[in-house]
Amino acid sequence: MNSIILRTTARLILPLLLLFSILLLLLGHNQPGGGFAGGLLAAAAYALYAMAYDGPSARRLLRVSPGALLGLGLAIALLSGLVGVFMGQEFLRSAWTEADLPLVGHVKLGTPMLFDLGVYFTVVGVTLMMIFAMREE
Amino acid sequence: MLQSVLLILGLSALAPWVHRLVGRGSGWLFGAAAAGLCGYFVSRAGLVLSGGSVEQGWTWIEALGAGISFRLDGLSLVFALLVTGVGALILVYTGAYMRDHPRLGSFYSTLLLFMASMLGLVLADNVVSLFVFWELTSVSSFLLIGFERQRESARRAAMQALLVTGLGGMALLGGLVMLAMAAGSWELREIVEAGDAVRAHPLYLPAFALVTLGAFTKSAQFPFHFWLPNAMEAPTPVSAYLHSSTMVKAGVYLLARLAPALGGTEVWLNTLAWVGGGTFVLGALLATRELEMKRILAYTTVSGLGALVMMLGIGTEEAALAMGAFLITHALYKGSLFLVAGAVDYSAGEKKVDRLGGLGRAMPLTAVFAALAALSMAGVPPMIGFIAKELVLESTLHDPGLRLGVVLAAVGAALTVTAAGIVGVGPFIGRARETPRKARDPGIAILLGPGLLAALGLLCGVAPALFTDGLVSGVASSTLGEPVSKHLHLWHGFTPALAVSAAALAAGVVLWLLATPWRRALAPIKSLARFGPERGYTAGLGVLNVTASALTEVIQNGRLRRYSAVVIVFTGILVGAALVELGALRGITGIGEVYALDAALCAMIVVGAMAATRAKGRLGAVAALGIVGYGVTVIYVLYGAPDLALTLVSVETLTVILFVLVLYHLPRFAIYTNKAARARDLVIAVVFGAIMTLVTLVAADTQIAPTISGWFVENSVPKGKGHNIVNVILVDFRALDTLGEITALSVSALGVYALLKLRPATSGGNEA
Repeated sequence: MNSIILRTTARLILPLLLLFSILLLLLGHNQPGGGFAGGLLAAAAYALYAMAYDGPSARRLLRVSPGALLGLGLAIALLSGLVGVFMGQEFLRSAWTEADLPLVGHVKLGTPMLFDLGVYFTVVGVTLMMIFAMREE
Repeated sequence: MLQSVLLILGLSALAPWVHRLVGRGSGWLFGAAAAGLCGYFVSRAGLVLSGGSVEQGWTWIEALGAGISFRLDGLSLVFALLVTGVGALILVYTGAYMRDHPRLGSFYSTLLLFMASMLGLVLADNVVSLFVFWELTSVSSFLLIGFERQRESARRAAMQALLVTGLGGMALLGGLVMLAMAAGSWELREIVEAGDAVRAHPLYLPAFALVTLGAFTKSAQFPFHFWLPNAMEAPTPVSAYLHSSTMVKAGVYLLARLAPALGGTEVWLNTLAWVGGGTFVLGALLATRELEMKRILAYTTVSGLGALVMMLGIGTEEAALAMGAFLITHALYKGSLFLVAGAVDYSAGEKKVDRLGGLGRAMPLTAVFAALAALSMAGVPPMIGFIAKELVLESTLHDPGLRLGVVLAAVGAALTVTAAGIVGVGPFIGRARETPRKARDPGIAILLGPGLLAALGLLCGVAPALFTDGLVSGVASSTLGEPVSKHLHLWHGFTPALAVSAAALAAGVVLWLLATPWRRALAPIKSLARFGPERGYTAGLGVLNVTASALTEVIQNGRLRRYSAVVIVFTGILVGAALVELGALRGITGIGEVYALDAALCAMIVVGAMAATRAKGRLGAVAALGIVGYGVTVIYVLYGAPDLALTLVSVETLTVILFVLVLYHLPRFAIYTNKAARARDLVIAVVFGAIMTLVTLVAADTQIAPTISGWFVENSVPKGKGHNIVNVILVDFRALDTLGEITALSVSALGVYALLKLRPATSGGNEA
């Protein structure tokens, strides 16, 4: 689509949408959001860009291929499950730790968050894989 | 024990790289690893043969009773020794025999994979692990038979072996499950101990039939024997290893293992003794009319397996000892002869016995080993083959119900002598014949295997007290389910068995001298092959293909409307029937209070859905569906499910994007249905909608189990450390479900990608 309004909007809104999607992912454990919603939003951001410009430029912007994201996501989810196994527990048993991070403060970190990150990447990969494939048809 | 299986599996995974790194000597390296394991099992022999056993077990999911457990007893020990010992020799042999093969690394890898699965199979003490290893041996056998994948006959033979043994595997799975139900345990040891309960159980007959079917296909019993001679397409090390000494004996192993639970009944005796006896004679008979060395050996393997099954069927202590002795005997001489056949082919370049003669002068060592093995096969003293044959004959003679069995055993023994002469002696004596290559004894790597195996056959016969007694008694103990300790002797005195044995030997030798006219006399068998079981296999395959295409035509015809109609109608029927059956409709108390906002939203959704069906263009339909989606989102928001709402909004948005993307590529919008079809679809839709409404109403008022949501609410913060319960469920409490879902998502994405991108070139050239 060759619309200057859409293109400008897409360029401006893309980082905001991505930031928001990360926010959804991070806050998901305590407030509405999570890997699924966040991943869909991030994918929507790139999809909008792909519509405003074209598939190849959206791909360039993403830098990695959706297929790699998909594999990365699945691998992260699987590995987060294996942490439990290595600690002598069942597969996917969660493990938590607490830490004081600069700027953020006191936070609880656990394998479920890692798992959610895996879900996030998988959803982005899956959605963009389909959208890009259709876009280039 | 688990470590030994894992070790070989690991070696299998690394084999191609190890081979590239080590080069020519890799066969010795792999062989040394296998020999080391063999040493481990030897070191356990004292304990096991004195009546003990080695056990190992790990629980995986306690609630399901799922786990893996290994147990080494007399029967397992003999098989483990064969798998690792013969395996070591085979690996060394391979290194020389297939020296210049470009894919030698992957050959090692597959061979080791087989070794690991076979070892797991004979060590497993759990029905499920046994089955998994069983199937793994079928798969690795498939890969090895079809190793020369550029040859069509090899591919066909591989497929045939896989289909026949795979069919048996399916039957076996059913049989094992029934067996476990009847015995109330998944552990083999406990199943065996519950023998009386199993035999009295109503599931006994079907379990017996299915397990036997599995064992018969694997161990090439008539009428499933035809895949084994065809499997000779595989490279010789494979034939020697899988298709004579180990894998084909898996069926025998299983029957022996389960004999204390399933055996001792009329049906067991009659099935096993007669199928086994018939296969024993048939295999030997067919062997004598073949010309190619490996095919002769393959048919005698069929015959030998028949003898083993027959002994299991008879099931007396004597028969159990005969089974044990013949098991070891057969592995020794058959492995040796296969390797000799390979050596002759390797050195002289000729496989057919009628074109071979007088090789003894050019290949003296090979000839000696072949003769030793052939003597053991023919059952000539002082080889172990003699002891085994005497035991086999005696166990049939001592059973008054087996008059015909004696005849079968005697004829089988005579024909085996003939086959032994044809393949093990004939090529090496008489007039020297011209061969494609100049024959000479091959190197040590190739001669080590046949030499060692043939020498062991002699040693076991001359000094049975050394280890034959122990091993044979060990096998018999496991088969009978009670301790047996028996000393074997070469000399039994002048018994009826000796007379039968001598007569069989004499008849066999005479027949061997008349081999050529005999072969001609057997020629008519070929025309009988038209009615043979292989014909049935081919016909079955044809029927399968025709049925598959007919079925595909009906249920996969490419019309999406038909698919969804079928799914909806059948779901509706099942759910509706369940509702009526359970009398659930009476449980509906009403729909409760209706709020104005809800009613308005519902009206909006219904109008949206109707508009979607009436739309005159795609854009309109998409917009109308959007109304439905966002309407449902608002309902989620109203009823306190912000997470669902958030996700649904994203999904709806992406759906619109996807529609826009494909809109350009779709053909012009048109209506393909007539009025009648639309009316039918309307009825389906309305009825299904009504059923789902009823289900929702019933579900709201029915409580079958205590609800789990309270637990989630209480434990979300302390255990899941999150306030968003939905998210805690998704990523923690039910993370395994989520993992499954994202995997399914990924697979569907790959499917979409493949459909769009990888269209076959034949489907038209209009893609971008």
